[in-house]
Amino acid sequence: MKILVCIKQVPDMESRFRPNGDKTWYDESDLAFRMNEYDEYAVEQAVQLKEQLGGEPEITVLSIGPERTVEAIKKALAMGGDRAVHIRDDRYYQKDPWQIASMIASYAKGEGFDLIFTGMQSQDRGSAQVGVIVAELLGIACATTLVGFSYDGGTITAKRELEGGIKGVAKLKLPALVTCQLGLNTPRYPTLPNIMKAKKKEIASLTPAELSGEAELTATAAIYPPAKKGGGLVLEGEIGIQVDRLMGILKEKTAVLR
Amino acid sequence: MKALLIGEYRQGKLLDTTYELKAFADRLGADSVMLLVGSDADLPKYEGRLYLADAGKYGEYNPDLHKQLVLQAVEKENPDCIVFVHSSYGWDLAPRVAVALKAGQVSEIVALNDGAYEVNACNAKLRRTVTPKGGLAPSGACPLAVLTIQAGAFSPSGEPQGAPQLERLELSGTASAIEFVGYEAAEQKGVDLSKAEIIVSAGRGVGKKDNVPVIAALASALGGELGASRPVVDAGWVDHSHQVGTTGQTVSPKLYVACGISGAIQHLAGMKKADFIVAINKDKDAPIGEIADVLVVADVMQFVPAFTAKCAR
Repeated sequence: MKILVCIKQVPDMESRFRPNGDKTWYDESDLAFRMNEYDEYAVEQAVQLKEQLGGEPEITVLSIGPERTVEAIKKALAMGGDRAVHIRDDRYYQKDPWQIASMIASYAKGEGFDLIFTGMQSQDRGSAQVGVIVAELLGIACATTLVGFSYDGGTITAKRELEGGIKGVAKLKLPALVTCQLGLNTPRYPTLPNIMKAKKKEIASLTPAELSGEAELTATAAIYPPAKKGGGLVLEGEIGIQVDRLMGILKEKTAVLR
Repeated sequence: MKALLIGEYRQGKLLDTTYELKAFADRLGADSVMLLVGSDADLPKYEGRLYLADAGKYGEYNPDLHKQLVLQAVEKENPDCIVFVHSSYGWDLAPRVAVALKAGQVSEIVALNDGAYEVNACNAKLRRTVTPKGGLAPSGACPLAVLTIQAGAFSPSGEPQGAPQLERLELSGTASAIEFVGYEAAEQKGVDLSKAEIIVSAGRGVGKKDNVPVIAALASALGGELGASRPVVDAGWVDHSHQVGTTGQTVSPKLYVACGISGAIQHLAGMKKADFIVAINKDKDAPIGEIADVLVVADVMQFVPAFTAKCAR
């Protein structure tokens, strides 16, 4: 079995964000980058499946981005990926989901992957499109937003998260692509021996020009901080004073404190 | 401009979010037609043409078949845009339709900004306006686009009215790569937060499971219930029955205290109707500050015990 896991490196979402010079993306300086949270579930599920099948499947990790992306790739390899493909692209952020997915599909087409895992969305862009587009371009079955995954004899049982706590269960035959949601599993921490082993694993490097030349179908016209609605009171300073002020406000503005 | 609206139907019922699609079309100033894979037994109140396919035959979740049904309606109507709710149904189906039409997709629109589509980025700390490019729509007026709208962002202004003109859609075959097995009900709710007057919720910012009792102590000092955000529930720190948000409970207490909750959209959707919202967060820029009446900028584990002591006095 050949497995592909698509990952993205994104900034820590606790960071402060400001627009870049031409206001088409955020300024990357001073940001700490890490693997997209949803992609960690994707890597973990792939590794769990490999373990379930006695180590037979080969897991390829793919990521698109600049030099720094290698750090996220190395983490995925240390978690249990076998080899990796880095599509080196400094202008990745100017590409829309269609272009990103087209590059991935163009790479995957010749490789004959049986199963592809992606996160359900990236934490920075949050479009939730790339995985589904890849599946459609490859003409394989796809289910999104998995919080449960099991595999038996060529069939996946996917538990999808729906609204209001309900889940929908569906079966898909390989080849297939699934997108992973928070709650699917608990991603492992790479152990030191595995981090050392990962250093020896192959990371092939490709350029966008070797893959798809698709033009964009959507473009970011501008990026900016949301308009502050204001209204809310901000209490800063010493804890004791904050406590007293909040107590005063609650007594004045709500009827719940007696 | 003409919009094709894709309604939602689950467990034998029309979903109310369907009406938000019409509200969005109105805001766009677009004419609309609607498509629903549903049933005659629960039709939307809608003034206009409704393409209806039978959910009994084509399933409630069968994206392969639903895509073909949408494409049939597209062929008949030549819309400029196709609009879905950004939900487990919409984000699953919309990109499939976009690829088939080679149309650009704009995901989770939260507002219209001078007619341009506005979406969130980076946990709602930034906004983007996104322009569809790609090929022109059949009308030639604008690029053909697939759009998904954030649930709750475009509320209907009044009670929906009207009886749709039905036009039925059929497919010649029902072969599909996906077999829908069924639903799993929400877990039994141990706590009914919907009736609570005061809720004190724990978020990721409380740091670890051992700190949750500190938040629970404030809840009980105020005579309220303990709530939680999703990451805290997924980490196993608090039982799912306490979860507030899209995939948990929707609440409207008189007082909501969010402790270490950054304010993901899914959480806000579950609690923004609270009468009074207090957020305690060390990040002054956390999105929860946008809807909080009071934002206390502090370390949760320092502020909450001090405040609890004050309440107990």
